[in-house]
Parts: sequence; C-alpha cells; structure tokens
Amino acid sequence: MADPVLQIRSLDAFYGDFQALFSLDLEVASDGVIAIIGANGAGKSTLMRSISGMLQNRPDSILYQGEPIGGLRADQVAGKGIALVPEGRQLFPSLSVEENLIIGGRMRRPGPWSLAAIYDLFPILQERRHQASTSLSGGQQQMVAIGRALMANPSLLMFDEISLGLAPVIIRQIYEVLPKIIATGMSAIIVEQDISKALEVSSHVYCLQEGRVSLSGQSDTITREQISEAYFGARSDHGLA
Amino acid sequence: MDWLNAIVQGTLLGGLYALFAAGLSIIFGVMRLVNIAHGDLIVLAAYLGLTITMLLGIHPLVALLVLVPVMALIGYGLQRLILNRTLGEDILPPLLVTFGLSVIIQNALLEVYTADPQKLQAGALEIASLNIGGLAIGYLPLLMFVTAVIVIAGLQFIFYRTALGRAFRAVSDNQDIAQLMGLNRRHIFAVAMALSLAVVAIAAIFLGTRTSFDPAVGGGRLIFGFEAVIIGGLGNLWGTLAGGIILGVAQAIGAQLHPGWQILAGHIVFLAILAVRPRGLFPRMDG
Amino acid sequence: MTGPASHQIERSTLATRLGLLAGAAVLLALALAPAYLGRADLRLLGEIFLYLSLASLWNLLAGYAGLVSVGQQAFVGIGGYLLFALTIFGGVHPLIALLIIFVAGGLVSMPIAALIFRLRGAYFAIGTWVVAEVCRLGFAQLGALGGGSGISLPVKVVKSIASSRAGREAASYWLALGVAVLVIAIAWLFLRSRRGLALTAIRDNELAAASLGIDIWRTKFVVYSMVGALTTLVGALIFLQKLRISPDAAFSVNDWTAFVIFIVVIGGIGTLEGPIIGTIVFFLLRETLADLGTIYLIVLGIVATIVMLFAPKGLWGAIKHFTGFQLFPLGYRVRLAKGGKQDSASMKRDAEG
Repeated sequence: MADPVLQIRSLDAFYGDFQALFSLDLEVASDGVIAIIGANGAGKSTLMRSISGMLQNRPDSILYQGEPIGGLRADQVAGKGIALVPEGRQLFPSLSVEENLIIGGRMRRPGPWSLAAIYDLFPILQERRHQASTSLSGGQQQMVAIGRALMANPSLLMFDEISLGLAPVIIRQIYEVLPKIIATGMSAIIVEQDISKALEVSSHVYCLQEGRVSLSGQSDTITREQISEAYFGARSDHGLA
Repeated sequence: MDWLNAIVQGTLLGGLYALFAAGLSIIFGVMRLVNIAHGDLIVLAAYLGLTITMLLGIHPLVALLVLVPVMALIGYGLQRLILNRTLGEDILPPLLVTFGLSVIIQNALLEVYTADPQKLQAGALEIASLNIGGLAIGYLPLLMFVTAVIVIAGLQFIFYRTALGRAFRAVSDNQDIAQLMGLNRRHIFAVAMALSLAVVAIAAIFLGTRTSFDPAVGGGRLIFGFEAVIIGGLGNLWGTLAGGIILGVAQAIGAQLHPGWQILAGHIVFLAILAVRPRGLFPRMDG
Repeated sequence: MTGPASHQIERSTLATRLGLLAGAAVLLALALAPAYLGRADLRLLGEIFLYLSLASLWNLLAGYAGLVSVGQQAFVGIGGYLLFALTIFGGVHPLIALLIIFVAGGLVSMPIAALIFRLRGAYFAIGTWVVAEVCRLGFAQLGALGGGSGISLPVKVVKSIASSRAGREAASYWLALGVAVLVIAIAWLFLRSRRGLALTAIRDNELAAASLGIDIWRTKFVVYSMVGALTTLVGALIFLQKLRISPDAAFSVNDWTAFVIFIVVIGGIGTLEGPIIGTIVFFLLRETLADLGTIYLIVLGIVATIVMLFAPKGLWGAIKHFTGFQLFPLGYRVRLAKGGKQDSASMKRDAEG
C-alpha cells in the first residue's frame, strides 16, 4: 500500500480548558475511504474541525501527505487540497446556487471537477443555479454542499453527517453517487451515524467514544457486537475512575 | 424658489453624506464593525489631501490619484494590525478601540496641523455654476453628487458581480465556512477596510473643497454618515444614498427656516425616522 | 437555599472585610479633608470624585448592561443647564435644585431610552451621541441661557450656598464626595439585587437569560434611567463647581465621555473597583503629563487602546487575577468546612428558589 494521505498521531484537541480528543491515532490510505462512527459527543465533529483547521492543534499531530498541518488555519488547509462537506450543509445564504459552487472552486486546483461536471452529476442544480441557496430543498442543498467541496478538486474529501436530517430516499440517492465521486481519484473520510451505510462505503472504520478511538478495523470483517460495545463502551475501561 | 433651491442644494449635499456613509456601510456589511474613528479618518484624509496638493502643487481632484491608494493602504494596515484583534462575539473591544483611535487621530492632527481651519483650493471649479431655470447649480456640488452615484454603483457592482464581492458576502454569512473555501477572513476584512478608506479619500477631497475643516470636525462627519446609513436601512447601498439625500434636504430646509437649525433639523429627522421606522426606510439586513 | 453541612456559602472574605474597614477609614479622612487641605487640593479631590462617579455610572451601563453609550455628556449638560435655569429663573435654592434635577434626569432618560434602544450595539453608541448633539445644538438656541456663548451663575445664587468662600468650597467638596459614595453604593447594592443579578445574566448570555424569563428590555431600561438620573445629578455638581456653563463645555464628548471611557477601560471594565483604580491612574497621568497638552490625550488614547487589546479586563482585572481580592464582593464563594481548599471560582448564582 502507498503512503497514507493522512496520518493522525496522538492528537489532543481542546476547546479552551475542555479536552475533546485524547491521544487519537488515525490513518487514511491514499485513495482509501474510512468511516468514523460514534455517539453524539464522541468527538467526531471535533476531529473534523481539527483536520480542516477550524480548530488548531500541535502541528505534527496531523500529517497530510507527510507534511505537518495540525497548526494551520482552515484557509491554509483548504489550499493543500482538503475539503469538507460540513454538518448541516452550511451554504452561504446570500450567494446563489452557482455562486456557492464557484466559491468552492476559488483555489483553482487542477482536477476533474468543474461547474459543468457538477451540473452533470446533479442536473437539478443547473436548473436552479440562479436561485438563492436557501430556497432549495434539504436534499438539493446537500448536493450544493457536496458540489461546493468537489469544486476544490480535493485530494481528501470529508463528509460530516451527510445523511443527518434528510429523507431516506435522498440519503439513498446520495450514497449511490458517493462511490462514483470518490472513484474520480480522492481519499475520503465519512462521518456517519448510520452504521450500515458507513460500513457499506468504507474500507476501514473507526469508532470514537469519549474522545478516544474505541475500535478500528476492516469494514467488512468487523462485527455488530464489536461495534455496539465500542459505541457504548465497557464500563471497566472508561467508567469513572 | 428659495425652497426649491434648498431642496436641490440639500440633495446635492446628500451625495457627500452618502459618501461618508458608504464607507461605514461596507465594513458593517462585511464584518459587522462600526468604526467610531470613521469621521476622524475622513478628516485625516482631508489633511493628507492638503499636504499632497501643497507638496506636488496639484489640483485636489488630481490628488485623489495618490490619496486613494494611500488611504486604502492605511485601511489595510489598520485592519490587519489592530482591528482584526478586536473582532469576536463581544462588541466592546471594536467599539472602544475605534473610539480610542478617534481620540488619537484627532489629537495627532491637532499636533501636526494645529487647530486652524484649512481648505482645499479647487480654483475655478469652486465658483462655476450651471443655470437651470433660474436655479444656480454649482459644478462642484453636482460633481460631488454624480461621484457619489458612481461610487455607490461601483460598490454595488463589486459586491454583487465580482469574486471579491462573493468573498465579502461569504465571509459576512459565515466566517468559519468561508475559511474552508480558502478565504482568509483577516485578509478579506482588511480588503474591506481598504475599500472603505478608499471611499473615505474621495469623500474627504469633496469635504475639503466644499468647506473648511479642522481636526475637531470628525465626530460630526461620523454622525452624518451614520444617520444616512440608518435612515436608508442597514445593508442597502442605494438606501444609503437615499438616506444621505434625506439628511441633506432636511438640513437645507432647516437652514432655510433658521440659520442655527441646519444640523439640528437633520438630527431631528433622523430621530423621527428612527421612532417610526426603526430599521430604516429600505432595510436589507438586521443590526 | 442552604447548602449541605460540608460547606458554607458566603459573599465576603477576611480580606474583603479588612478592605472595607480600611475603606471606611479612608472615607472618614476624606470627609474631614476641608479641615486640613488647601483650596487647590480640595478642588482637585472634588473633581476626582465627580469623575469617579461618571466612570462608575458609565461602567454600570457599558460593563454590566452592555449599553455602550458615547453620549453621556447629554445628561451631564442637561444637569448643568437645569441647575442654572432652576436657580436663576426659578429662584430655587441650589440644594433643592439638585433633588429636582435628579428626578428630572430620570424622567428625561426614559423617552430617550425608548427611542435609542431601537439601535443595537455600536449603532446604539452613535445614537446616544446624536441625542447629545441635539441637546448641545438645542441649548445653543436658548438665548435666555446665554445661547452659544454660555452663562455664569449669578453671585446671589452662589452666595446662597454658603456666605464664605471657604464654606462654599467645603460644601462643593462634600457634595462631590457624597455623590461618589452614593453612586458606588447604589451600583453595589443594585448589582447584588435580583435585578442586578439578572443584568449579569444578560451580560453573560442574552439568549439564555431571555429563556429564563428575564425581561431584557426592562432590565436595561431600568439601568439606563437610573444611570441617567445620577449622571444628570453629577452634571449639576460639575457646573456648580465650575460656576459657568456653555453648550460646548456642557456637552463635550471629550470631557464627559472620552475621558470617562478611558478611565473605566484602563481600570477594568465590568468591575466596581475598576473605575476607582482608573480614576486614580487618570489623575496621576493628568497631573504629570498635563503640560504636554494634546500629546497627553494621544498617550491616554494609546494606553487605553493597548489595554483594550491586550488586557481587556484592565488593571483591576490583572490585580484580581493575581490575588483573587475583591473589595466589593458580588458573587458567592463556596467554602468547604473541613479545612478544605476554597473554591476560587465565585459562583454568580441567583440565590432564589
């Protein structure tokens, strides 16, 4: 296997005095797809914020293509080719659909994704391109959020809770296109509450609990029992000391 | 005829107030910053304009070629070095720091230029006027008004038709997510302040050619600009122009009634509009 | 609410009680000052007390209620002009006039609050300035009060305070000292009251406070009118000391707002002790640098800006951080009974329920 695109080495993350991640280790292989699961408050969002630079940490706790990026700001991380589809979509309300996409591509990194390619993938967005992004349905907004991240032609694309708050039929559609997107040549991290979806698209899965990795393994060999134990934790390991 | 004249002159004066206001509008729109030193920066720019015209022996309008980039540079530096540190949830730091800047600038100007009133000499342009149906319309006020319209149209174009404007709006909507697009908000904020002070430079040249100025007049210019912004409605540039005109006309009518009532009439119209329409006449965004 | 037996809840510490004792001693010494201080020193002290009052009042507005006003000179000027109008045209004795002015200040501030509370944050600040400008321009139009050039307090009125000059200056001094003590006492008692606790809750989190059923508008309204009434009173005392008033002096943004803001920021905004420290620093700077004129103002502006940027809690914040000392305790401390260590965090918890 080639060198990993992302390596996280004993990452501690803090919000002020509150520690949200404890000595966390994680790896994403080049062209690999990992899933991150865990209960609310397990540290998934903090991990996304740390990698994307919205939360700054010790520089060498996060290596991207061998380079320490833990201390960089989000705009610097974005310039390196890491894109995030944020939880809750978070489109820019005062930008039209097309402007949301264009601003995603403002780094002008070379790659397969362009406005035309996004419209090819999600034809409905072309119809709606001059509308305010807030006028779209939840599923369409998620398409814009994905398109906006793709416009950066990232080497590593992260999806934070993409199915949260969407109708099952929309979730199914999104998971149908996801493998195709990733197959255009990128690594991906998928944060997901829906465990079966997470296992389906990923090759490797990490389960977080109370800011630590409680389980990691191949997505196709891991068992339901292992997951439910890692999800809720064995009291002897993480109970009150 | 006197009344018609007052309304016309007030409208043209409104252009100047819209120029004061446009700079405030830009930075409020992009970063919710209200710059208490805005008026003093206008006066600073007027003095720099004076120095430039004296040193180079050029017409004040030509001096804009130097003054606009100089003020933009000052704005960029001010934002990067000082004001960016004050931005956050708490409204106190930006308010108090810009208030401190206001006092610093005002007294520094006193120290360098003394309290003597100064004026920019625009030569024949100052007295030339156009006669329309018995109304004498000065070329200078007319130029001032036309410039205000062009500046506002230009800002409108930048905000809604360019990549920079997209960046401004994206950062204004959501700073964190904008950073994910590779936008460095500190830089974007500084560019917005540079743009604001570029407009300030234009306003300052017209202020200085129209009337005399001294280091103490900054507070008043801030208030006029602020009143135009609130009357027009937050976040609406054309509204700001309308607000400037309403303020200018109110002042001109006040002055027509009684010489001591000019400024007072403007303030009272502002307070009256605030009482009836607290969000201004054409609001686009929430304070 | 009584806590379990393992700890007790208290407001003051030993240091606080000693501090208050020392404070009382200082207050007594100050009250007797006319007996042993010269005229110039007395005047300076009087001015210090009036600035201390203005600073404490502005701090209550900006530091506690989040109402950053740059227009408090409106109330100072109204107070000054009312004093002149009441004594000259109403024939009211100056001391009675002060009581009327206090009430009038409160009444005037209410419609002003109703109007400018429509503006938020920094726009509120500039709105207060507009109101002050309206007052300045308005009083300049009143010919009976001297118009733009101002008016002096007639000798007859001045003599009605006390017949001797020394007596007048002592009276003026005691009034200034009295109002400073009054303002600080009111601020302290108010912040300890239920409404004061509500105010702290609003400052800490407006949304959460609203969800707890605190009427934010009303709480701010009460603070604004109370501060307005007291600021008007202080304004009357300022011009009782000066004996002459003009619109530019009465409604000066530099004298009655800029300096006051610098005092509070340097001393420590949002603390009762901050304005005291700030006033001392301000007058020390002024007495040593005043000859420098505008340079002094530039230095003051730079110092205040630097404090705001790098030590936003001011000098008192730094002192409190390193010593934990509070002269005017507002919160509660939890003490563990069994010789346990004291919880350093004072709990600002509403004790109701």
